[in-house]
Amino acid sequence: MTNINSIKGIVASIDRDNIDTDQIIPTEYLKSIKKFGFGEYLFDGWRFHDQGKLGMSIDQRDLNHDFILNKETYANSSVLLTRDNFGCGSSREHAVWALRDFGIKAVIASSFGDIFYNNCFKNGVLPIVLNKDQIQDLFLQYENSGSDMTINLETKLIDTGNNQISFDVDDNLLERIIYGLDDVDITLKHKDLIKRFEEERMKEKPWIFAHD
Amino acid sequence: MPRTLYDKLWDEHHVSKLDTGESLLYIDRHFIHEVTSPQAFEGLQKKNIKPWRLEANIATPDHNVPTERGDAFSTQHIDDEISRIQVVELDKNCNKFGIKQFDISSSHQGIVHVIGPELGYTIPGMTIVCGDSHTSTHGAFGCLAMGIGTSEVEHVLATQTLKISKLKNMNVVFDGTTMPGVTSKDIILYLIKTIGTAGGNGHAIEFSGNYIESISMEARMTICNMAIEAGAKVGLVAPDETTIEYVKKHTFLDEQNLNNAIDYWHSLKSDTDAVFDKEIVIDVSKIKPQVTWGTSPEMAIDYDELIPSNESKNLVLARDYMGIDDNQKLSDLKFDKVFIGSCTNSRIEDLRDAAKVIDGKKISPSIKEAIVVPGSGAVKNIAESEGLDIIFKEAGFIWRDPGCSMCLGMNPDQLEPYERCASTSNRNFEGRQGNLGRTHLMSPAMAAYVAVNGTVGDLS
Ligand code: SF4
Repeated sequence: MTNINSIKGIVASIDRDNIDTDQIIPTEYLKSIKKFGFGEYLFDGWRFHDQGKLGMSIDQRDLNHDFILNKETYANSSVLLTRDNFGCGSSREHAVWALRDFGIKAVIASSFGDIFYNNCFKNGVLPIVLNKDQIQDLFLQYENSGSDMTINLETKLIDTGNNQISFDVDDNLLERIIYGLDDVDITLKHKDLIKRFEEERMKEKPWIFAHD
Repeated sequence: MPRTLYDKLWDEHHVSKLDTGESLLYIDRHFIHEVTSPQAFEGLQKKNIKPWRLEANIATPDHNVPTERGDAFSTQHIDDEISRIQVVELDKNCNKFGIKQFDISSSHQGIVHVIGPELGYTIPGMTIVCGDSHTSTHGAFGCLAMGIGTSEVEHVLATQTLKISKLKNMNVVFDGTTMPGVTSKDIILYLIKTIGTAGGNGHAIEFSGNYIESISMEARMTICNMAIEAGAKVGLVAPDETTIEYVKKHTFLDEQNLNNAIDYWHSLKSDTDAVFDKEIVIDVSKIKPQVTWGTSPEMAIDYDELIPSNESKNLVLARDYMGIDDNQKLSDLKFDKVFIGSCTNSRIEDLRDAAKVIDGKKISPSIKEAIVVPGSGAVKNIAESEGLDIIFKEAGFIWRDPGCSMCLGMNPDQLEPYERCASTSNRNFEGRQGNLGRTHLMSPAMAAYVAVNGTVGDLS
């Protein structure tokens, strides 16, 4: 896998607080047992007038032409700009899979739901937290403009063309996106440590390990 | 250094600090349901890894299961093909890996957060995870319990650990005695509207105060369940005699284990001088029954209050979606359906509360459908032995089999577009109960009131 050092692309904005994961991907599509193929259903309730079913393709659907991602300019957006508490609610990782499959590589918001935030890094989607004033400035620049930005993952700088905004994110989490690392493989390097801890715990608190 | 309950649970399960600054946290119990697990099992298979410790895992299908099943229902009887595939997949994975499952035909099947405690798998002091945000429910037992994503489900299956960073501490103190008709659901809704759905982001919330000490385990579970709606993936209550009594009734531990455990549980509380990053004190005696009017759990008001009509964008969008005009009260709204159930309010106490309001009455002719969905086979049995099913049925309710049901639009129990529902569940998001459906969250007693009267009103 090649390293991902920067993200460049069109910025789509949705001016709402508390966009929950049920809006990002409605429950109906959680019936899939696959890890891919959710992009067509991203923001389904807002993107379409009809009620979709898993397996339906976009050309069978009744498009809401007013919704930003249905506008030609934004069809290939890579960055999503939104407000407060994005990704709150259900823990469904499908929400990140839907953003990823659509082509969204970064989401910029003033805060995120905790579980969603974690899930992002496991799937190569970068969540960026900026303060509310910075978010407001970005809305002024990007709402309806159809222009792009470049996010440099190494310098942690957003280049809007007008100016540069620095953002903060944990280096280790960021590395998972840059190098596409898999946590299971990394953790299993500590197998012996976990085994030792477990054996100790079994001795000390055997009831935790009891079963019926 | 004085420590909070969360600090203690964290330290107790801390395997190692990694170079990356994160920690490996040992996981004692892992609950599994059909929706968030298939991709995790697939990941294990691809890597050719077996689950680290089989007995840590307990599975049950709950989200997709139809709630009109009757006897001799098996997975093959699920009509919706895609739902059936998902439940079959859980059967297959549990069989293949040897994981204990209470499958669709088991008398113990139910919503995973209801069966965990009642079958004794939720033990105070544990770390508990599940690919489900309402795992916070188990925090009512003094467990460090939280929802995780599917990648983490795979990680826990493979390594028995989570790789995470520590949360901050928040203390929510509920003091006082509630007014008649006010339940733990009202208290947690009140908190959510007070601090907002992002109020607990990044924090583990400990619920304390004399109100918490006075309430049952069922009521504590309702409160911890909805910690996530306040933004906190972890909700906690320190174990006390109420906890121990509950566990004794439901445990499979032998006497020696139980006694040793009880000694330890007594130490599971925040030190008196422990410092929290945030603290909020709420006097519960002033809280009226709470009902949500909008599309976020923080959009809650007193049941007799005017629905906010300010022009902020989020509120306007919510009013539009919910079909609410200016200057309306909740009692001006006509409800179509009533749903009593979900991992928030489908335990025996919830059903008793609702039955009390209904007893001897009939559901209003304006209500198209009212359903009661017990959280588990065990809850259903107890309710039937107390004759609650008869009270509900005689009033015109439909009495169902356990599952998530109308909490989310994934199984046959759904709202039609624009239908308005009095619901005891936890999320009033757009479309949560079915495409374009309108959800009002409330307590079981208030939902029962709506069933009888067609709208909300005075419970006292
Ligand atoms: S009852 Fe609702 S909230 Fe609870 S686990 Fe099921 S779907 Fe999730």
